[in-house]
Amino acid sequence: MAVSVTNYTVLSAMLFTIGIIGVLTRRNAIIVFMSIELMLNAGNLAFIAFSRAFGSVDGQIFVFFVLTVAAAEVAIGLALIVTIFRSKNTADIDDISTMRG
Amino acid sequence: MESIFFYATAAIALIGAIGMVLSRNAIHSALFLVLNFAATSVLYLMLNAPLLAVLQVTVYAGAIMVLFLFVIMLLNAENVSVDSHLRWQPIAALILGGLLLVETVVTVGRPLPLNPAGVTPETLNQLADPRVLAQFLFTDYLLPFEVTSLLLLVAMVGAVVLTKARPAQKRDQRRVRFADQVEGSEGASAVMSEPQGENRPVA
Repeated sequence: MAVSVTNYTVLSAMLFTIGIIGVLTRRNAIIVFMSIELMLNAGNLAFIAFSRAFGSVDGQIFVFFVLTVAAAEVAIGLALIVTIFRSKNTADIDDISTMRG
Repeated sequence: MESIFFYATAAIALIGAIGMVLSRNAIHSALFLVLNFAATSVLYLMLNAPLLAVLQVTVYAGAIMVLFLFVIMLLNAENVSVDSHLRWQPIAALILGGLLLVETVVTVGRPLPLNPAGVTPETLNQLADPRVLAQFLFTDYLLPFEVTSLLLLVAMVGAVVLTKARPAQKRDQRRVRFADQVEGSEGASAVMSEPQGENRPVA
């Protein structure tokens, strides 16, 4: 049986779901961040699969932009985590409740 | 042959993802995520996107994950408390996540062939060509590309501003450093002054 685009998109959906479950169940801020990276990556996989299916380069260019946004997001997010860790001495997001979220 | 390779790579990617969510040690999580990124880059290669496969390895598995590991080790945050506040929430997360998966699979599940009638081998070669990608990036997508550079600049400035020590903190640090010098001066000066004394006649 040949591999179809559906195989790739279903795999992408599975990776995205695992990422969401990671965000919802883990309380370590760094692991929550890594789960978000996993979700972005799953989106990239779907983009590239559809780019191949429709024979168009646009999907690949969007992946390029997602990659850049992920890099910027990680730089800011880890800076925030380091700053919070300095003042509160914890990376557990349940202990960071100053804003009553 | 191709399907065996696909299923093997997909299994590695899923193992990486599940291991990342389940492992208790943050460093193990990061390494599992690197495994997942490597498997995904192999999938990109199978989808005629060699440039993005290489970018995936260098930017994601290389730069971003090294940053993660660096911060984990810097903060000593390998083993943070095991999910104590959550009671029913993980079960709800699993159920809702499963529902999302079912919903997505139903939405995208229509069989779409990997090589539809309109896509010729020439088009596939063009997809794999970095020159075509660059041409699109610098013509049709020029404005988003420039905005991206601005985004990176803002991220860099933001990271510097966020991690910079505040004036009060800096003063405290200076005071601590001064106190250390005063305390350590008896022991340190005895060790430090001898080589200086030896060096001076030579110089």
